[in-house]
Amino acid sequence: MPGLEDLYREIILDHYRSPRNKGELESPPAHRAEGFNPLCGDEIVVYLQVEQGDDGTEMVSDVAIGGQGCSISQASASMMSSAVKGKTLAEIDDITRAFKAMMSIHEHELDGSETESDPAPEVKLGDLEALRGVVKFPVRIKCATLAWNTLAQAVDSDPNAG
Amino acid sequence: MAVTHDLDVASIRADFPILSRRINNSRLVFLDSAASSQKPKSVLEAMDHFYKFSNANVHRGAYTMATEATDLMESARSKVARFIGAPSTDEIIFTKNVTEALNLVARSWGGDNLGPGDAVLVTEMEHHANIVPWHIMADQKGFDLRWIPITENGHLDLSDLDRLLDGVSLVSFTATSNVLGTINPIRHITDAAHAAGALVMVDGAQYVPHLPTDVVELGIDLFAFTGHKMLGPTGIGCLWGKSEVLEAMPPFLGGGEMILDVRKDGFTTNTLPHKFEAGTPPIAEIVGLGAAVDYLDNLGMDNVRAHEVSLTAYALRTLEERFGDSLTIHGPSEPASRGGLLSLDLAGTHPHDVSQVLDQHGICVRAGHHCAKPLMRALGVNATSRASLYVYNDESDVDALADALEAAKDFFAF
Ligand SMILES: Cc1ncc(COP(=O)(O)O)c(C=O)c1O
Repeated sequence: MPGLEDLYREIILDHYRSPRNKGELESPPAHRAEGFNPLCGDEIVVYLQVEQGDDGTEMVSDVAIGGQGCSISQASASMMSSAVKGKTLAEIDDITRAFKAMMSIHEHELDGSETESDPAPEVKLGDLEALRGVVKFPVRIKCATLAWNTLAQAVDSDPNAG
Repeated sequence: MAVTHDLDVASIRADFPILSRRINNSRLVFLDSAASSQKPKSVLEAMDHFYKFSNANVHRGAYTMATEATDLMESARSKVARFIGAPSTDEIIFTKNVTEALNLVARSWGGDNLGPGDAVLVTEMEHHANIVPWHIMADQKGFDLRWIPITENGHLDLSDLDRLLDGVSLVSFTATSNVLGTINPIRHITDAAHAAGALVMVDGAQYVPHLPTDVVELGIDLFAFTGHKMLGPTGIGCLWGKSEVLEAMPPFLGGGEMILDVRKDGFTTNTLPHKFEAGTPPIAEIVGLGAAVDYLDNLGMDNVRAHEVSLTAYALRTLEERFGDSLTIHGPSEPASRGGLLSLDLAGTHPHDVSQVLDQHGICVRAGHHCAKPLMRALGVNATSRASLYVYNDESDVDALADALEAAKDFFAF
């Protein structure tokens, strides 16, 4: 049986207690999306300032996180905000896929298959690795992925709509 | 109140096989009966016995086992009728759960009686099961949904009741809040509603398992509850209604059992209660519910209530002493006006995290919005941890909860 320390690694508690990039960005111009976990009522707002570089690539120059939730959803959002700041949208897509792979690889383990492979080797998840333990607590996976699903919505959103 | 005697919790616990289970190397402390209670051996055995010895469809065969199955089902119906003080067994309609019963009323009675200019009055402390069916019908029929607000200490604010009732055709409200524990003044609201010409529907999901219930004394018109919160199995609930109200309502689901005759050009509905029981019912579950009623009858509902009042008082006192201002307990502070469920807010922690730590100590509580989002908004919280008490809980369970909350507080302390 996995213990609490598998779930609540020190770095997670640190991000929970001192969330990075907490706040709001003016929208527009920032992209904005809200995510809800209907099971627990947690909500997250992701703001992204997206800028076009000289070579035409789009990058996230600033990010802010609003809303409230449990330690796992808050820590995941905080770590995510640090991980995507200053990255191009293509890089962010890679990080997102690597993070989700980390979550779902272990979901497969629950079915009894033993395979465990590391996320795409070219992507370093850094602090986010600490969330690996969440997969041992299946009901909490949604907490960890809420910010990421909201991030994807924010990227796709039209800052000038609405 | 009637003369009561103490429940023998140790012997009650011995009747519930699951309570000897261990969770994470601790004894199981089950504090989530408001979501679904555990089941005594007698309920499990009644269902098992039905499948092993009397299994057959009901109301359909002339052979011995079909008659036995029908008798078992109908005797459970009589037990349920007696348990809630229903004047007639025919007024007991078996449904899947309280949710289905509320939907039945919304669709059938609401479909027939509500339209533009009409209004249904609910309260801010309703479970979604008594909100969404009305939203669905309001979208179709164009009537208004009105809300009785709550006061700061978790009671219904009835100061404006007469104005809210003006033009209302039905008041539908919960007897006991599944978040605050508040026991609402059913008779008072019912009298006011009747004076205003409105019908009264009550959601008894958190009431019937815990207090002596007499629908006639309460004066209400329609009532619903759910088996799995009162020691019975899942998949079985009940709608009670005054005969004349149920008679006037059109059928809900159509199919076998609910008809007297079917022709190419139409059908004739069966009599009560069959009119509202289309298709093969969950027979084993009905038998199980009957056994659950027997179990509770045996304990005596006055004794059950007295046990919960004193245990709730102990819990409120203990938590207040040990946590003071760092723990908010939502809802009324007087045990006599509340049920034994406590929605907790531990400063600096999130309910999901608290319930995770509690689980490590073998303690089951529910974390979340408890299917009452309008209430959560009124309270200004996203979620709470809810501990709920029942016949198999005692002071040692409350102490275990307090110890584990202490651990959660230390773990997440800033
Ligand atoms: C007050 C109240 N109403 C309705 C319900 C719904 O019960 P069920 O899911 O059995 O239909 C519940 C429990 O979840 C409840 O507490």
